[in-house]
Amino acid sequence: MIISVASGKGGTGKTTVSTSLALSIGKDAQILDCDVEEPNAHIFIKPKIEKKESVSIPVPKIDESKCVFCGKCQEACVYNVIAVIPATSERSGKTLTFQELCHGCGACSYLCPVGAIKEVPRETGIIEMGYAGDLEFIHGRLNIGEAMAPPLIREVKKKIDKNKTVIIDAPPGTSCPVITSIQGSDYCLLVTEPTPFGLNDLVLAVEVLKEMNVPFGVVINRADLGDSKTEEYCEKENIPILMRVPFNKEIAQSYSKGIPIIEGMPEYKRSFEELLKKIKEEMKK
Amino acid sequence: MKQIVVISGKGGTGKTILTASFAALAKNKVMADCDVDAADLHLLLAPDIKERQMFKSGHTAVIDKNICIECGKCRELCRFDAISEDFIVDPVSCEGCAFCSNICPVGAIKMEENTTGEWFVSDTRFGPMVHAKLGIAEENSGKLVSLVRNKARDIAEENGADWVIIDGSPGIGCPVIASISGVDCALVVTEPTMSGLHDADRVIQVAKHFKVPVKLVINKYDLNEDMSEQIENYCIEKNVELSGKIGFDENIVKAMVEGKTIIEYSDGKTTNLIKGIWEKLSRVLV
Repeated sequence: MIISVASGKGGTGKTTVSTSLALSIGKDAQILDCDVEEPNAHIFIKPKIEKKESVSIPVPKIDESKCVFCGKCQEACVYNVIAVIPATSERSGKTLTFQELCHGCGACSYLCPVGAIKEVPRETGIIEMGYAGDLEFIHGRLNIGEAMAPPLIREVKKKIDKNKTVIIDAPPGTSCPVITSIQGSDYCLLVTEPTPFGLNDLVLAVEVLKEMNVPFGVVINRADLGDSKTEEYCEKENIPILMRVPFNKEIAQSYSKGIPIIEGMPEYKRSFEELLKKIKEEMKK
Repeated sequence: MKQIVVISGKGGTGKTILTASFAALAKNKVMADCDVDAADLHLLLAPDIKERQMFKSGHTAVIDKNICIECGKCRELCRFDAISEDFIVDPVSCEGCAFCSNICPVGAIKMEENTTGEWFVSDTRFGPMVHAKLGIAEENSGKLVSLVRNKARDIAEENGADWVIIDGSPGIGCPVIASISGVDCALVVTEPTMSGLHDADRVIQVAKHFKVPVKLVINKYDLNEDMSEQIENYCIEKNVELSGKIGFDENIVKAMVEGKTIIEYSDGKTTNLIKGIWEKLSRVLV
């Protein structure tokens, strides 16, 4: 079973929910932090990292001694990675590559008529894996300056162990990194806060999940702040509210120190066990 | 004309609250909401849309079943597993690279342009604003961010404006890189939590990587003063100017519920602190 934890708006409590949910299951659970731009789950889970892997995409390297400057690769590349300067009577030709724009599709090397393009790996991030007690932990970290998170997210998701209960901590927003993270989930929890910003972004996230056909429910964090419009929206749209977490200085403080709620306030362990039970019930519907 | 962008690394630290406050305080400015996949600035600035344009970007492969001979070459070569066993393209997985369409022996694959969003030029009570809405589950947000920024800059130049004030997005990937490149200042808003510091550090590294001047504000600093001190020490160590510290204030949410900036809502402590931050920032940049 794969449960992803997402939200339109950032900072609503995704990591708070995903880490405590995963810790409450413990054995036979796996937490994947797919927010590879800003991964935070490790701060709370404190895993012992046992394995690291480099993730790279294949980018073109031109062998200019073979290149005939025909321009086929430039024509094939829709990402403008390759610029071919044809030879003239005064100077020899040149082929420039802008590797940071490359998506690694492989078209250029395949279509090169003289075999002048070799693909070489360019690292875009790393995956770190380990355990915190019985809980298996995996996250990706995008390298600084890299623009594309989805290829790294896809690699993180290849570590999914289908025999376990898998909790995915997704990035905020509604665009490609979020879709890549949630895709293939059996259920999605949307964490929100009852403010105009929270509701606006929740509505966007709901549209995404409907489009993706993934069943979902809502967790309202800081439930006593803001206004009642989020509750009204969920009721009107028939979206189940599976948990409400009050605004509480104690929770905020333990969050700030990197302590999961269920460790800082053990009475919450039952709430998260309840949450998992409710998710399972929802999935049967 | 100077461009200033508010970013954070971690989401929900107060980017939009601060951007909207600067919009209320700065004179002669244009606003740009570059958080195109979960835009919120419009909730405080109530833009009146004057111009609306479609945003087209990227392509998706479409297989014509009448022509397809199911040879499987496209499936074999696609690196994004976007083509199913029955030769249907999954638009979410398709990267639009056109490799399949290039190699199809019978020309059965066409690349269709995606409409991935809309962008708007609007009037607000504080001046012009450029904003956008990325289509549901769409990509290429970086390109849409660049478009919004370019349009805002053009309007600022036409109007002789002094400022372009940009609301950024969380994270460190393509929309963030597009929103910070070439600005005069990237102001990072963070909160006194371990996650806040971890994420601010990563986005500050990105700003430095692209040689963008960066400053930092701690929001809700009084939620954990020890952590706040750690962030202040971080600033000293990494040579990042601390522009100010803002305490937790329930009025911020109350103002948000009324669709106002904190500057309009109250004359209290938070308003004065933000005024101080803006004055200092604008004095240095001009």
